[in-house]
Amino acid sequence: MASTPLVDRHEHGHGHRHPAHQFETMEQQKESSTLGMWLFLVTEIMFFGGLFTAYVIYRNMYPDAFAVASSSLNVPLGAFNTAVLIGSSLTMALAIWAAQVNRRGLIVLFLGLTMLLGLTFLGVKAIEYHDKFVEHHVPGPTFNFEPEHIKPQALREIESRDPQFQKHTEIFFSLYFIMTGIHATHMIIGILILGVLAVFAKRGKFDPEYFNPLEMTGLYWHFVDIVWIFLFPLLYLLGAHLHR
Amino acid sequence: MDITSSRSIPDVPTRETAFERPNYLNAEYGWKSWLFTLDHKRIAILYLFSVTAFFALGGLFAGLIRLELLTPEGDLFGPDTYNRVFTMHGIMMVFFFLIPAIPAVLGNFLIPLMVGAKDLAMPRLNLASWYVFNIGGIFTLWSIVNGGVDTGWTFYTPFSTTYSNTYVVATALGIFINGFSTIFTALNFIVTIHRMRAPGLSWFRLPLFIWSMYATSLVIMLGTPVIAITILLVAAERLLHLGIFDPRLGGDPVLFEHMFWFYSHPAVYIMILPAMGVISELVAAFSRKTIFGYRVVAFASVAIAVLGFLVWGHHLFVAGQSAYAGTIFSVLSMLVAVPSAVKVFNWTATLYEGSVSWQTPMLYALGFIGLFTIGGLTGVMLATLGIDVHVHDTYFIVAHFHYVMVGGTIMAYLGGLHYWWPKMTGRLYPTFPSKLSALLVFVGFNLTFFPQFILGYMGMPRRYWSYPPEFQVLNVLSTAGATVLGVGYLLPILYFAWSLKFGEKSGDNPWGAVGLEWDTPSPPPTENFYVTPVVTHPPYTYNREEVHNRLTQEANFG
Repeated sequence: MASTPLVDRHEHGHGHRHPAHQFETMEQQKESSTLGMWLFLVTEIMFFGGLFTAYVIYRNMYPDAFAVASSSLNVPLGAFNTAVLIGSSLTMALAIWAAQVNRRGLIVLFLGLTMLLGLTFLGVKAIEYHDKFVEHHVPGPTFNFEPEHIKPQALREIESRDPQFQKHTEIFFSLYFIMTGIHATHMIIGILILGVLAVFAKRGKFDPEYFNPLEMTGLYWHFVDIVWIFLFPLLYLLGAHLHR
Repeated sequence: MDITSSRSIPDVPTRETAFERPNYLNAEYGWKSWLFTLDHKRIAILYLFSVTAFFALGGLFAGLIRLELLTPEGDLFGPDTYNRVFTMHGIMMVFFFLIPAIPAVLGNFLIPLMVGAKDLAMPRLNLASWYVFNIGGIFTLWSIVNGGVDTGWTFYTPFSTTYSNTYVVATALGIFINGFSTIFTALNFIVTIHRMRAPGLSWFRLPLFIWSMYATSLVIMLGTPVIAITILLVAAERLLHLGIFDPRLGGDPVLFEHMFWFYSHPAVYIMILPAMGVISELVAAFSRKTIFGYRVVAFASVAIAVLGFLVWGHHLFVAGQSAYAGTIFSVLSMLVAVPSAVKVFNWTATLYEGSVSWQTPMLYALGFIGLFTIGGLTGVMLATLGIDVHVHDTYFIVAHFHYVMVGGTIMAYLGGLHYWWPKMTGRLYPTFPSKLSALLVFVGFNLTFFPQFILGYMGMPRRYWSYPPEFQVLNVLSTAGATVLGVGYLLPILYFAWSLKFGEKSGDNPWGAVGLEWDTPSPPPTENFYVTPVVTHPPYTYNREEVHNRLTQEANFG
């Protein structure tokens, strides 16, 4: 009977899934969680949107300072991380595929790989943060930015346009640390969720009929990936032309 | 249906149900059954307690403000304490009462009932939102215990990031955490309204309360994340000495104002839209008529939600915004008045030739219409650049937004509570004290805030602990009004509590109202409906002939 989802489970003896008590059907439950997840991602877009707005406004105000500061970031490491994250999106999608074809071992494997790639990303990020710390590029009382790596000709031009560009680089680094920091926080949360899912998958909680948590986490993971796809060019690639 | 299952209609009396039908209140007992409940109705009651506590606290601060302003001198406390008191009043009232009150209490209770569902789509998330709300509140309370915050509820930079010596970060964190609870609630509402409607309940058969809660939830989803990141930037800047809003490093403090009001102006609509939904229900029920222009009222909610996002710049008319931007924001702000006015006209037209009855909820509703109109019209005045420059940061502004927030939202919240109290508890509250409270709130409110319009027009600035002696008479009137208002707010707490034990049994539908929530017993059973309802007609069908006409119309125009 459709209106009584709490009927005794023994009546359906062949592993048939039941929706939670508030739903009538599994389909309704799935549609609800999918809609909920997309709505959550909308709030995430607005959250990062605030940061991107601040970035756009300051980059417009201080284009030279942003280019110079950007040129001090490590492009090869950033590019490597971009590749790592895109790879992790692939393994995430493969984990969902593994659930669809009911191969439990593969779900765990691909979830594990996704976590590993996520951790790799964070490890590289930690190296980059460390470099910035050593170079005194972390905003605050000890902040000091010396643009020694810039072509002298370009530097003179920039100085003539914005004599205070060195001071304004601090805004770039403030935004750099906040944007990548919040992005990394999202990655950490994602890795923790993936860990829980891996345990569930190992216990056989997912099958072709029910793998909704995997799909929802996949949406989240891809979203975090896409945020990085925007962050990488905005933060890393602005000032590559200024190098000696 | 299997009669031994937990969902069958129980006619066999057990120990608990010997005298009463089983309902969500007597389904389980003990504190655990409340603190771990997933039932939206119980979570609504939990929210009722939390929200009332924060309202009382915010009211206490309001009382202190009015007490200090009784005399021109600063004889109760000095400027530093005064700054903290009005800041805490604003933060408590805005973030911990006005924003959650109607959605989290009435919305939580009513949305599943009104759409004919067993619960919200995500009951666990719903309970989590209550816990998160309280954790945010405790953070903020902690900052009060430590001495409070003196930035005003607006946290303007660079004062909040650099100069203030108070607990800005703790308070900001409290508000940040609180934002999650609001988002959880809104997300739950949108999913529920989309996916959990009973068979036959099409969009244009939904009660207007649902439409307004839907519009509110949209604003919450799109706005709250922006205040979250803004407040996070303030906290980061304060803790780590970043320079995003610091002019010494080339940062722009006005950017903060833009980001803050991008949320905080729509937040005004988060507060008033649910109130409008409540009023639509009350006016229809106590006029015994279909609401006039149902679809227009429904779309007006959505229009307010959308336009509300385009007007934040009217808070920055004197903040160094360009005259061009100011002009555009001025025009856009006036535009929001259109759907708001449409609603007021439609409520009034609903009263016309209706069988209006003067029950307590209706008294609150009529009070709302009058006070909201004054609040709204002064809003149009303030949207006019020339007037705003003159009265900016005066008591005129204070009076204006209190007419909307207190005269609007709180009147509607109380009206809604009085209307649905029998639904929530199965009890009636005494008539005389409740009508008296509606009267006291209306009179006390006007006495408190109307003098502030005059004070502001005469040039008394807001946020000062002392003022020139010639302003005293009006300030004394305002403080006297606040006392009456306080008594008006205290009364419902007393007789609502009294009614729980001694109130007359209300029966299922004491008002003879229509709507899915009245088609099930009061208080409702845990699963809301014994049989999933099937909806066959539009809402507010108080008149059979009208039902026939509307159904024909639906058939013709879809």
